[in-house]
Amino acid sequence: MNRREFAKLLSAAGVAGATDIAWGVTRAVGQTRGGTLNTIIQPEPPVLVTAINQQQPTLTIGGKIYESLLRYGIDLKPMPGLAQSWTISPDGKTYTFKLFPNITFHDGKPCTAEDVIFSCTKVLTETHARARGTFLRIEKAEAPDPLTVVFTLKEPFAPFINSFDCTTAPVLPKHVYENTDFRQNPANAQAIGTGPFKLKEWVRGSHIHLVRHEGYYRQGEPHLDEIFYRVIPDAASRSVALEKGTVQLTQWTDVEFFDVPRLSKLPNLEMTTKGYEFFAPHLWIDMNNRVAPMNDKRFRQAVAHALDKKAIKDRIYFGLGKEATGPVSSKTRFYEKDVKTYDYSLDKARRLLDDMGLKAGAGGKRATITFLVPPYGESWQRLGEFVRQALGRIGIEVVLQGGDIAGWGQKVSNWEYEMTANLLYQFGDPALGVTRSYATSNIRKGVLFTNMAGYSNPAVDKLFDEAAVATTDAKRQELYSQAQKILCEDVPVVWILEQDFPNFYDKKLKNVITTGIGVHETFGSVSLG
Amino acid sequence: MDTLKAFSRHPSGMLGLVILIVVVALAVLAPWLYPEDPWEMIGRPFAPPFSEGFLLGTDTLGRDVAAGIVHGTRVSLTIGVASTLAAVCIGVLVGAMAGYWGGGIDDVLMRVTELFQTIPGFILAILMVATLGPSIVNVIIAIATVSWPPLARLTRAEFLRLRGREFVQAATCQGERPLQVVLGHILPNAVSPIIVTGSLTIASAILIESALSFMGLGDPNLMSWGFMVGAARTVIRQAWWMSVFPGVAILLTVLAINLVGEGLNDTLNPRNARAGRH
Repeated sequence: MNRREFAKLLSAAGVAGATDIAWGVTRAVGQTRGGTLNTIIQPEPPVLVTAINQQQPTLTIGGKIYESLLRYGIDLKPMPGLAQSWTISPDGKTYTFKLFPNITFHDGKPCTAEDVIFSCTKVLTETHARARGTFLRIEKAEAPDPLTVVFTLKEPFAPFINSFDCTTAPVLPKHVYENTDFRQNPANAQAIGTGPFKLKEWVRGSHIHLVRHEGYYRQGEPHLDEIFYRVIPDAASRSVALEKGTVQLTQWTDVEFFDVPRLSKLPNLEMTTKGYEFFAPHLWIDMNNRVAPMNDKRFRQAVAHALDKKAIKDRIYFGLGKEATGPVSSKTRFYEKDVKTYDYSLDKARRLLDDMGLKAGAGGKRATITFLVPPYGESWQRLGEFVRQALGRIGIEVVLQGGDIAGWGQKVSNWEYEMTANLLYQFGDPALGVTRSYATSNIRKGVLFTNMAGYSNPAVDKLFDEAAVATTDAKRQELYSQAQKILCEDVPVVWILEQDFPNFYDKKLKNVITTGIGVHETFGSVSLG
Repeated sequence: MDTLKAFSRHPSGMLGLVILIVVVALAVLAPWLYPEDPWEMIGRPFAPPFSEGFLLGTDTLGRDVAAGIVHGTRVSLTIGVASTLAAVCIGVLVGAMAGYWGGGIDDVLMRVTELFQTIPGFILAILMVATLGPSIVNVIIAIATVSWPPLARLTRAEFLRLRGREFVQAATCQGERPLQVVLGHILPNAVSPIIVTGSLTIASAILIESALSFMGLGDPNLMSWGFMVGAARTVIRQAWWMSVFPGVAILLTVLAINLVGEGLNDTLNPRNARAGRH
């Protein structure tokens, strides 16, 4: 390098320093309005249209661009979204939503009841697996006037009212998508929604830049001028960016679990695990109920007794979470706490194994089981190691088997596994997020996140079916409580943890986590100070 | 005997040998030094060295780092020696055939060897373990597969050199069969460079195994040094001891084997020995 090149390098470094300042928090007059929010997106999403892709990064950014009829509080109760009010007919079949006036898309065209109906009945039923299950139940969708949507269902479906968050039912512009191939529509690159922010620029591998939607229908919103989602693939760099203040918000696994205790102590940062209630990630040890000895519930109960959930929480997840007691997360609705529980007791575990005749052979070994280590990162590897040691103590030899993501998915979905671990979302209602893992009707070979363990109990099936169509919450609670009691007796899988994920944000940021979908929310009310 | 004497006068070689003997002793004595399974979570997580009875501290799950290192010695040495033995067998066989017969056989064998040499060894090892599945046997197979080509080339060169020598021709003229000629006359004279290269191959095999385990491609049921460093990488700011000590173990072992290899090279090479150069 000669001197001229060196000088160039120096000035480049100077420029980098200057942009650092631009990245920092800038405050406009009036405190609450204006400013830039820098945050992280990882991995980079393939597209921003949440109707087409429902991976977490897509939903995080898409939540600012697309809205739905309702929002849901931390307690998962519905709140106004695009709809300012709604009514449900007493028979539980007719839902009427009244939209806010003056809603416009980012291209300036008005958003009306027709767009809502088109999105729910035409687009999402084709492109969004989870929404499809709900919106295919619509018998009739009508728009008596541009601000009124009336959905009539074939039969009552209680979770219907919980299906209008922006990750499940984003509203797309009918005038752009009608009579096109939704997935191939060139407008997907622009991502036109009604949200408080619109896409300005997407530099692949670097950042996604959102700016204020001037025609936003909510007075005074959004407070922020712009949001930068920066692509930072390396975990250590993400933590450094947060520490340095280069970014003011992180979510999900942006910060690795082991960094959480350290970063929580920083004086300028706030940490909360709220805002994941709608997803309520539930971690469990999955067992193939078709294979001996796991086809005996006493064996599964023994496994439940042998795993020290608190130690798993503290040692592997650095305290982030709450020990799970059953199939439904306590953070979501219809949780039943009065169920059979399994305390950490090796004696009870050994007695159960003795009872079922699984006696210790040479070297104290009773059985050998293969544990498929989920290939999603280090905490899963540690979990596998923990399970191996824990079950080794009651004479069950566990052999860990590694592999790649495709291999894991293939083996588990085709039931070619004995034991593995899994993390599933609950989606705000047991009918959407819990039933799928235990119902006989959802034993579907080759499909991931169905009832892969192969548990089948007609009594549970019946309770789940009735609870889905029951119209009062009291009735539903009763049915779900019964189902949970049976499941906790049978332990088709061993529930470990209601996993928490940390959101870190700069203390100057206000109103970051206001709903049950947390960082996926519109951010219209988020402000800097 | 002369060789041994010469080696004992080789200072760095002896240093390597001493370290190596300690490492081997640790491997042999592991079940008595640390009778507990090294995977057992016996302490508080992240206990620093020299605290709570842990010489080298504990890891994320409260496992004893010292126990892991001692038991890891067995894994590293087993894989190093086994894969090198396999590589030597393949390498010598291929090299001997190519060098002794020459001609078309030589061409074919050397093209195959070159094929393996053109693929970056570590990438091939990763590929093989990822395809075959991470287990100790597959790791040994993968390392042997990437380690034999240099040995084959070396053996071939030695055979080419020796094949035309008078004593070999004399043996052939007396009617000895090719196998007898190879085993009785050529190989004994080619063995010292093979031993030297083989000993260095052990070192590189240990490094490859560590790198594979570091990347999570080791046998998940065996505690190895590379695995320990890999698992410690992310928590290096909280617990430096988790990566430093296994790293030092790898460093010392590989260094020791290299020193011994160097020493052997110096003492086995008649030209060096005679000139008194060490």
